[in-house]
Amino acid sequence: MIDNKPKDTELLLYGERFKSRLMLGTSRYPSPEILAQAVKRSEPAMLTASLRRQSAFKEESKRFWQLLEDLQTPILPNTAGCHSIDEVVTTAQMAREVFETDWIKLELIGDDYTLQPDTLNLPKACEQLLKLGFKVLPYTTDDLILCQRLVDLGCQAVMPWAAPIGTGKGPVNPYALKSLRERLDVPLIVDAGLGMPSHACTVMEWGYDAVLLNTAVALAQDPVAMAEAFSGAVQSGRTAYLSGGMQPQENAAPSTPVLGTPFWHQG
Amino acid sequence: MKKDIEVHINGEAFKLGANSSLQDALILFGATPPFAVAVNKEFVAKQGYSELLLSEGDHLEIISPITGG
Repeated sequence: MIDNKPKDTELLLYGERFKSRLMLGTSRYPSPEILAQAVKRSEPAMLTASLRRQSAFKEESKRFWQLLEDLQTPILPNTAGCHSIDEVVTTAQMAREVFETDWIKLELIGDDYTLQPDTLNLPKACEQLLKLGFKVLPYTTDDLILCQRLVDLGCQAVMPWAAPIGTGKGPVNPYALKSLRERLDVPLIVDAGLGMPSHACTVMEWGYDAVLLNTAVALAQDPVAMAEAFSGAVQSGRTAYLSGGMQPQENAAPSTPVLGTPFWHQG
Repeated sequence: MKKDIEVHINGEAFKLGANSSLQDALILFGATPPFAVAVNKEFVAKQGYSELLLSEGDHLEIISPITGG
């Protein structure tokens, strides 16, 4: 049997290969069991996780740790909630020790209302983490110059938002995301703001390498089924990108051959 | 005799004997693995817990894994 599927390569980040192009957050699910089922159903490349004071989350933390051990999926710790470069660096170092990984999702929040990254300090934070040997995946806006700067500093992948975290709006600035794809040669991961599988499929069709999402799955009425839907959408978008879509046309063109149309010129 | 010191662990005040180490503070707090520690916003690797002596007014953060996006 001939395999006509377009040839794909695995997602490559900092020299590591991943079979999936979906990254999944672990927060806001109805229960740990549903989270576990969603992960098993969608088989993401990585799971994001965070760190909080032990006093507030002692039992919850223990259960979550056990769940992570059971799932055996690579962990991408984040620096969520950090508002300064110092906080980012310290949190990343703590995350490295706890999760035993050099991966870090760099979140440096500049505005609490929109959760927009602190774009002016992001490069400096990135630089410091890279010097400390972290594999940095920066959560950033879709600003081309900022993303280019992060790449220049040594980031081997960049994660622009589609829309503010948790809004589910989908790509609010398609032009910016498409421009990034055209101009940058590193893996690009859309992080934040996706609401439906069609959003994920769309950015993958544009040539994005992966998507990272959380709320869209966790807050669905059936998170397990939605995780599966996103997984399929990411794969479909990727295949479509590799297949080379047709260019939209101004004029209609019949799909069915015109030659031999019955009743031709019979009045 | 040296006086006790007061430190803040995750925002709460704790009394410790003079010359107490970070390790002593972790035992007093009841920290359970997995966790990581920062003292005065600086990360302290676990190999350094016994050596680091705490001072009056130090701020400790003891953090553990939690869900995240």
